[in-house]
Amino acid sequence: MTAPTVTPPRPHSGRTRSNAEKWSWIFMRFSGPLLLLLIFTHLFINLLTGGGVKQIDFGFVAGKWAASPLWQVWDLIMLVLAMLHGGNGMRLLVNDYARNRRWRTFLLGALALAVGVIVTLGALVIFTFDPCPAGADPSLLPSFCPTA
Amino acid sequence: MSPARTLYRGREGMWMWVVHRATGVAIFFFLLIHVLDTSLVRVSPEAYNQVIGSYKTPLYGLVEAGLVAAIVLHAFNGIRIILVDTWSWALRHQRLLVWIVWGLFVLAMAGFLPRHLAAVFGGGA
Repeated sequence: MTAPTVTPPRPHSGRTRSNAEKWSWIFMRFSGPLLLLLIFTHLFINLLTGGGVKQIDFGFVAGKWAASPLWQVWDLIMLVLAMLHGGNGMRLLVNDYARNRRWRTFLLGALALAVGVIVTLGALVIFTFDPCPAGADPSLLPSFCPTA
Repeated sequence: MSPARTLYRGREGMWMWVVHRATGVAIFFFLLIHVLDTSLVRVSPEAYNQVIGSYKTPLYGLVEAGLVAAIVLHAFNGIRIILVDTWSWALRHQRLLVWIVWGLFVLAMAGFLPRHLAAVFGGGA
């Protein structure tokens, strides 16, 4: 079997508008391994320590975020990187499969909106969260909350 | 008539491309839901506990196992993609690396599933 001959690629035409797709490629390859580390740790702590999935309740989340700002920063980085990595991946799929121009524009708009809303909502929740909300049932709160 | 097989078409590399896209889409939509459910901690402890309670049912426990499987597979194959892109040895052995990805995936799930399924089905708090 002989190898097929391939014509060498033409020199760069200089017509591409920017290096946006190169940066998309680079971002995916840097955020990927970081997300592996962040998410595997997240899954390990939440699902494999203590009582596994059944330990997760308001007190667990409140305790984690209140215990150390590390987990707030951790969850924020995870949120932003995962949404950008996932959103960019979905953008590639939309560009591949949505052939109709208006449909593609609509899908890309919806995608950008979803990423923006979810990142904003998640960041607000992480940083405005109150582990001991006033008037809440004390039995549902983490143990460090002052009893009324 | 189906297209003829080539070095790529119908082989390990192409199927991992399909797996990578499918798991990526599944993880993306779960992530949207997951941020929304976690946001309930800002509403009230009752609201969060009620919704997160559904994650502890046997049915959702299995869905979670599937999600973890998707994440592990996507993560390991992503590392393979990076290696293939940056290291000529990995490019030459990308098919072997596909089987290494599956091997590591099976090992990771063998470590995860017993503990997770015991937590989901084993009663307790």
